[in-house]
Amino acid sequence: MNVVVCVKQIPDPATPGELDASTKTLRRSGSIILDDSDAYGVEMGLQLADKAGGGEVILVSMAPNNENKGLRTALAMGAAKALLISDEALAGSDALSTAKVLAKAIERADADLILTATESTDGYTGTIPAQVAELLGLPMVTFAKHIEVDGDRVKVQRQTEAGYDEVESPLPAVVSVTAGVVEPRYPSFKGIMAAKGKPVDELKVADLGLDAGQVGWAGARQEIADVSAAEERKAGEIVEDEGDGAERIVAFLEQLKVI
Amino acid sequence: MAHPIFTPEHEELRRSIRAYVEKELRPHADEWEAAKDFPDSVFRRMGELGFLGLHFAVDDGGSGGDYLTMLVLAEEMARCGSGGVSMAISVQCEYVTPPIAKFGTAEQKARWLRPAIEGRRIGALGITEPGAGSDVAGITTRAERDGDGYVVNGAKTFITNGCRADFLLLVAKTDATQRHAGISLFLVDTDTPGFAVTRRLDKVGMWPSDTAELAFTDMRIPAENLLGEEGKGFHHVMWELQGERLSAAAGACAGAQITVDATAEFVKGRRAFGQRIADFQAVRHHLAECQTAIDAARALTYETAWRVQLGEYPVQAITEAKLLATRTHFQVADTCLQLHGGMGYMMEMPVQRAWRDSRLARIGAGADEVMLDAIAKSMGL
Ligand SMILES: Cc1cc2nc3c(=O)[nH]c(=O)nc-3n(C[C@H](O)[C@H](O)[C@H](O)COP(=O)(O)OP(=O)(O)OC[C@H]3O[C@@H](n4cnc5c(N)ncnc54)[C@H](O)[C@@H]3O)c2cc1C
Ligand SMILES: Cc1cc2nc3c(=O)[nH]c(=O)nc-3n(C[C@H](O)[C@H](O)[C@H](O)COP(=O)(O)OP(=O)(O)OC[C@H]3O[C@@H](n4cnc5c(N)ncnc54)[C@H](O)[C@@H]3O)c2cc1C
Repeated sequence: MNVVVCVKQIPDPATPGELDASTKTLRRSGSIILDDSDAYGVEMGLQLADKAGGGEVILVSMAPNNENKGLRTALAMGAAKALLISDEALAGSDALSTAKVLAKAIERADADLILTATESTDGYTGTIPAQVAELLGLPMVTFAKHIEVDGDRVKVQRQTEAGYDEVESPLPAVVSVTAGVVEPRYPSFKGIMAAKGKPVDELKVADLGLDAGQVGWAGARQEIADVSAAEERKAGEIVEDEGDGAERIVAFLEQLKVI
Repeated sequence: MAHPIFTPEHEELRRSIRAYVEKELRPHADEWEAAKDFPDSVFRRMGELGFLGLHFAVDDGGSGGDYLTMLVLAEEMARCGSGGVSMAISVQCEYVTPPIAKFGTAEQKARWLRPAIEGRRIGALGITEPGAGSDVAGITTRAERDGDGYVVNGAKTFITNGCRADFLLLVAKTDATQRHAGISLFLVDTDTPGFAVTRRLDKVGMWPSDTAELAFTDMRIPAENLLGEEGKGFHHVMWELQGERLSAAAGACAGAQITVDATAEFVKGRRAFGQRIADFQAVRHHLAECQTAIDAARALTYETAWRVQLGEYPVQAITEAKLLATRTHFQVADTCLQLHGGMGYMMEMPVQRAWRDSRLARIGAGADEVMLDAIAKSMGL
C-alpha cells in the first residue's frame, strides 16, 4: 500500500521569522524544518504501510528554493522518497494554488491513501486538505485520530467535540490527521545517513502541466489586505488576599459575566 | 547557524536527540534529583534509539557515525536538566564501551559491547581506588594469574554506575612490581562471586547518578575476560580518556550556555533600585564575560574536535580544551548563581544544581592540576 504524505516545511518556530511589510508574507530566510504537525502523518503513514506488509511512504512538499531539510527529516524517519515542487512562479501562492500544485504532484505517485495534517503550524488555514481532495475528486475524512486500512476501504475514528465518529470510506481517499494521534519516531543516525541516498524529485510548475498563471501571485485569489502586530498581552490584575480573596474573585468573575 | 564542523546530518541528529531529551528526560529531572536515582530504562530507551552507539561500527551494533556524533550527544544531553543523568550515560558510551570496541575480541564484543550499545547491560569503569586517583599507576588492586584465570583482590571507589552495573571494566595490577607496565584491563560481570558493592556514596552534586565503593575478595575471573594485552592496560585506558575529555568539554560549554541563557532571562525580570538588574553595568558585564568565556572554550573545543576528525591525535589541545571548558562551566555557574541573589541559593532554582554538578568536572576524569601537568609536559617542561 502506497501512502502519500503531504508535508509542509516551515521556518523553525525556535527562531521565528518576520513578516515582509511590502509583500505582507513571511520572510523565509531562516532555518527551515519539517512542520511538527506533519510528523504525525509521516509516522501514521509508516505504521500503515508496515501493517499492510508492503508499499512505501512518498512525501509531497511545495517549498521555496528547493528547500529539502524538512524532507530529509521525514526520509530519515523512514519515508522512501519525496516529490518537491519549487519554482519562482509559485511565489505568492495562496492556499488554493498550493492545493493545485500538491494535487498534481500526488497524481504522479499512484497513492492508495493521502495523509495531511489538520492544519499547518505556521499558516494554519486548515483549508489545503479539503481543497486537495476536491481537486483530485477523492473522498475526504478530516480530524482522524485512528486509521485502519481494511482491503480497499479505510476506517477512521474522527475526532469530535463529544467523542469520535466512526467513518468508512473507499480508497483512495484523503485523510487529515490530528496532532498527537501517534508518537512520531525520533530519526536514528542510521536513518539520517540512509536518507542522504533517498531520491528527492525536484519538479517545476511546468512539469506538473500547470500554467504559471494559475499559481503564485498571478493565480492568487486570496489577497492579504493588511498585516499588523498582535496586541501585546495586557498585564493581569493582581489580587492580594486579605482574607477576602475568594469574594473578590467571585466579584471579578461576575463582572465578566462568567458566573 | 550551525558551526561549520557539523554537517547537515549532524544537525539532523542533534534535532533528534534534542526532541528525545526534551520529551523523555527533562520532564523527569526534578523527580530524579529528589530520588537521587533514575531508572535503568533510560539506558534501554537510549539504546533502542541508537544513541548509545552513535560512533561504533555497524557490525558491532553501532550506528557507524564519526567522532563528532559524540560531541552532538554530549551537547544535547546537557539539556536534560540533570548532570547526573548525562554523566551516567557518558560513562556507558564514552568510558566503558570504546575500549571494548577497540581492543575486544569478537566474543568479548558479542558479550559486552553489543548489549551495552543496546542499553540492555549497564557498564561501569573501575580505575580509582581509596589509595590512588590521579596517580593511576599507583593502584593496588591485584589480578593474580592462577591456572586458566585470574584471582582479584582489592577495592575501588567513586565508581559511577557501580551500584547498578551489570559489568565492570576493571583496571588492575597483573604485575605488582611495575607501575604503568603492570596494569591490565578486565571485563567482570558483577554477579561474579567475590564482587561486592560495599557502599553507595552521597555526593555534593550529580545526585541521580549512583557512585559506588566496590570490593573484590578472591574474585575469580577466566582468562578470556582480559581485555587487550596484559600489561598494556594503562595505555588502553589513557587512549580512550582523550576522546571522552573532548566531549566532556563540549558538554561543559553547552551546559554553561544553558545557565547563561536562563540567567539572562532572570536579570531582565528582576528589579532593584527602581530598574531591571540587567541594566546595571556590573551585571551586564558579568554576563558578557561569561558569554565570551564560553565562546572561547567552545572555539578551542571545536577546533580540536575538527583535528581529531581529520585523524590527528592532539593530546595537548584536548587536555587544554577539557581544562578550559570545565573550569569555564563552573565559573559561569558560580557567577550566574551570584546574579540570582538569594534565589540562587534556593534548591528550587536550576542554577544551584548547575553549580553543584559543574564542580565535579574539575576533579573527575583528570583534575585541573593533572591537566595542567600534562600540558606542561607537552610543553617540554
Ligand atoms: C500570500 C501568500 C504567499 C505565499 N507565498 C508562498 C511562497 O512564496 N512559496 C511557497 O512555497 N508557498 C507560499 N505560500 C503558500 C503557503 O505557505 C501555504 O503552503 C499555503 O497557503 C497553505 O496554507 P496553510 O499553511 O494554512 O495550510 P493548511 O491548510 O493549514 O495545511 C494543512 C496541511 O496541508 C498540507 N500542506 C499545506 N501546505 C503544504 C505545502 N506547501 N507542501 C506540502 N503540504 C502542505 C500539510 O499536510 C499541512 O499540515 C503563500 C501563501 C500566501 C497566502
Ligand atoms: C562523582 C565522581 C564520580 C567518579 N566516577 C569515577 C568512575 O566512574 N571511575 C573511576 O575510576 N573514577 C571515578 N571518579 C574518580 C576521579 O576520577 C578521581 O576522584 C580523580 O581522578 C581524582 O583522584 P583522587 O580523588 O584520588 O584525588 P587525588 O589524586 O588524591 O588528588 C587530590 C588533590 O591533589 C592534586 N594532585 C594529585 N596529583 C597531583 C600532581 N601530580 N600535581 C599537582 N596536584 C596533584 C589533585 O589535583 C587534587 O587537587 C569519580 C569521582 C567522583 C567525585
